[in-house]
Amino acid sequence: MRKRTFTEIPVAVPTLTKKNFESDQDVRWCPGCGDYSILSQTQRILPDLGVPKEDFVFISGIGCSSRFPYYMNAYGFHTIHGRAPTVAAGVKVAHPELSVWVITGDGDALSIGGNHFIHLMRRNFDINVLLFNNQIYGLTKGQYSPTSEQGKTTFSTPMGSLDNPFNPISLALASGATFVARSLDRDPEHLRGVIKAAFEHKGTSFVEIYQNCNVYNDGAFFSFTEKETKAENTVFLEHGEPLVFGKDRDKGIRLNEFQPEVFSLTEGNYSPDELIKHNQYAENPTLAYFLARMSVIPDVPHPIGVFRSIKHACYEDLMAQQVETAKRQRGEGDLEALLNEADTWRVE
Amino acid sequence: MRKDVQSIESATLLFAGDSGDGSQTIGTQMTEASAIAGNDVATLPDYPAEIRAPAGSLAGVSGFQLHFSSETIHTPGDTCDVLVAMNPAALRVNLDKLKPNGILIVNTDNFAARNLKLAGYTDNPLEDGSLVKYQVFPVPLTRLTRDSLKGTSLAHREADRCKNFFALGMVCWLYNRQMDNTVKFIREKYRKKPQYVEANTIALKAGNVYCEATEQFATSYEVKPAHFEPGTYRNIEGNMAAAFGLIAASQRSGLPLVYGSYPITPASSILHELAKYKNFGVITMQMEDEIAAIGAAIGAAFSGALGATGSSGPGLALKSESINLAVMAELPLVICNIQRSGPSTGMPTKTEQTDLLQMFYGRNGESPVPIIAASRPADCFETIYEAARIAVKYMTPVIFMSELYIAFGAEPWRIPEVSELPSIKVHYETTADGFQPYMRDEKTLARPWAIPGTPGLEHRIGGLEKADISGNVSYDPENHEQMSLLRAEKVARIADDIPPTEIFGEPEGELLVLAWGGTYGAVRTAVEHKLAEGASVSHVHLRYLNPLPSDLGGILKQFDKVLIPELNFGQLLKLIRADFLIDAVGLNKVQGLPFYVFEVESKIHELLRGDA
Repeated sequence: MRKRTFTEIPVAVPTLTKKNFESDQDVRWCPGCGDYSILSQTQRILPDLGVPKEDFVFISGIGCSSRFPYYMNAYGFHTIHGRAPTVAAGVKVAHPELSVWVITGDGDALSIGGNHFIHLMRRNFDINVLLFNNQIYGLTKGQYSPTSEQGKTTFSTPMGSLDNPFNPISLALASGATFVARSLDRDPEHLRGVIKAAFEHKGTSFVEIYQNCNVYNDGAFFSFTEKETKAENTVFLEHGEPLVFGKDRDKGIRLNEFQPEVFSLTEGNYSPDELIKHNQYAENPTLAYFLARMSVIPDVPHPIGVFRSIKHACYEDLMAQQVETAKRQRGEGDLEALLNEADTWRVE
Repeated sequence: MRKDVQSIESATLLFAGDSGDGSQTIGTQMTEASAIAGNDVATLPDYPAEIRAPAGSLAGVSGFQLHFSSETIHTPGDTCDVLVAMNPAALRVNLDKLKPNGILIVNTDNFAARNLKLAGYTDNPLEDGSLVKYQVFPVPLTRLTRDSLKGTSLAHREADRCKNFFALGMVCWLYNRQMDNTVKFIREKYRKKPQYVEANTIALKAGNVYCEATEQFATSYEVKPAHFEPGTYRNIEGNMAAAFGLIAASQRSGLPLVYGSYPITPASSILHELAKYKNFGVITMQMEDEIAAIGAAIGAAFSGALGATGSSGPGLALKSESINLAVMAELPLVICNIQRSGPSTGMPTKTEQTDLLQMFYGRNGESPVPIIAASRPADCFETIYEAARIAVKYMTPVIFMSELYIAFGAEPWRIPEVSELPSIKVHYETTADGFQPYMRDEKTLARPWAIPGTPGLEHRIGGLEKADISGNVSYDPENHEQMSLLRAEKVARIADDIPPTEIFGEPEGELLVLAWGGTYGAVRTAVEHKLAEGASVSHVHLRYLNPLPSDLGGILKQFDKVLIPELNFGQLLKLIRADFLIDAVGLNKVQGLPFYVFEVESKIHELLRGDA
């Protein structure tokens, strides 16, 4: 097996810049696509993570988002539709020291790859998943996706789509994900922060990124991303902080019979103690679910930020422990002994 | 009374009962005992897909057939010398396999009216004279087992579950077998339940003593040791041999083994076996589905491990897109197809060879994948090891084909010296200077294996067509054809790296029997019989199916006729006719059963007489 030197002997990681992570391939997303921002913020944040460049591995499925690895000067594997989580699992289990990233989209992760997605979440490999959610199929030219709203009129649904959409955050939480967050392509600073937090979390980190497809679903998230409407329609989650939003931070969210209720912090008889306080480290996922469901309730803001971040054992570590235990209990495998460990007989 | 011991050359036994009766267990133990006694052995477990079909029903009958001999044998036998039938259903299902004058041991305690009805008998066959052509030994097995266990604390119901060992004790007496291996097996199997260790051991010995004591059994038989090449031997099943072959390839190459799999009959026991050996650094992952299983193996291969996955036909269908990813990405991978009856779910516990063309052509695009097939249970070891060697040397997925019949069958295996195993050289690319992900080794056309974590070799691969050498995405028409040709040529060149084809019999003559996979035993035995009669017939058994051996065309030309027996409707036949433009004929069977020797023999006879 390959000798890893950097884990044994501390060597100075050469200073890297964004430039080091740009590949020589022309980026071929449509002009104005939200993917450009996600690529750029990722390239900007990677040099700060303290990982040697050669240890980054980007694995994608199929779709616009999945072209991402070609544009990263890192190890990359553009696999097949929906299956990136499975390939990433194999990489991570064989080489836990690598920093493994899955790049996927709403169709890739939640339609064709839905099964792999939920199982990746529950196994909790130390892998980071960036899901570019544009609520549309872009590469196949504009069919509705599993996150499109019901009634979506597209080429494949001229009278409107019939399916109820997935809420990716709810799905990830229900699948046992240990880190669940949401960010925006048009909020570079927040996006970088969330990507960094995802990296720092030990375990599967799931990040849903609202991403604008300016060709087939332009403006799907504008009410959450544009200056005029953003403050009124989103609430940014901060651990330990109350759920307060609005341009003047004058609105709060409280519980009313298990429903979120928006109330004014400046008018009426309300007390700030009624505000829901965010706790991303709560082992009990109830609050995280509650926050996740806010995105489908009318007239409450969409939560953006880290919904949940808890510590659980990682699959690859448990696997390594089993290997170590087996070696301790039975000794390092001896092929000769293995082949002969049965009732044998000699023929002279 | 001193009893008579007759020396015989060989015997075929068939243990049959309800699927919960333990026929597989005692069959396996009798196989071990016979192998340890130095006989050549061949087995055929035959059981229903249902774990517990209704007790006493025809659908619930589970059988285990064992052939042992003082001569070299290749098959579990066409017909049986002994049938142990634990109930009327087992008798009804298997009676036609018993030779005239064969020994029939029946558990009379299970021949009550209800059991007879379940088996579809209107009259009791033990009483209506329908069994006169056999030597019938009616034994009240249940009652005798209960009686033997009176001194223990076991309830009747628990005691009754020991009756298979009582039956085994009887058969051990009948063939003068030592029972030490079974006593040891019982001790280990019921380690946590000492009362069962005691009870089953008592039942085993009671069965043995019963035959010695009762006048019912006057003669026992002895089968002398077979002649084997010098060496250390053990008994081994096909899937276990395959698992060991993968571990051996991992050890000899220094590559950690990552086996991704999803449970499916008859491949699951490879996963079970490998999962036991984490102390070899073996990583087994039971994934959420067949696609995930191969995905994990591909990921492991990308990162520099020996990736492997295993399934059966339905699973291979699901994996086909991923196999193509490995073809395009040119990553080493071992893919096991342990075939069973199809199409669709088919007959999961029955054998067949119907996936050959699926493995050749069941993927989109021009998708060349090397295919090699094991011919016998023990051969699975060497064949899968060879699959790993080719995969790593040529940077390609390789399909290892086996089939239920050999996967579950067992035979004696001369344990190889570890140092005898061919070396598997691994070269990870580390030189950044001039590195291109799709540059190729001049001889093998393999691309470099540059694994994540190697400084300076960062690169991207994927399922989109690659530009020659640079590996960048390319839609260039000429490049696509060039790359398609390169992928084909790489696989074709493996033909230069395989041993010359062995011909059993004369290198020229009237008839060549060309076969592959698990038909080896029946074909070899049939050819041996015909050669002994002076017929001009030879046998070539193919391990390498893609590419075919380069000397095969020349060999085929030396025979007037070519017969290709297969457990399908002529899949290798189509390939051979297309590749070599010869008028080969097939012998085909799609019944979920292996060939009987007589079937192959009569076809050979027919062709040699010229009335085909």
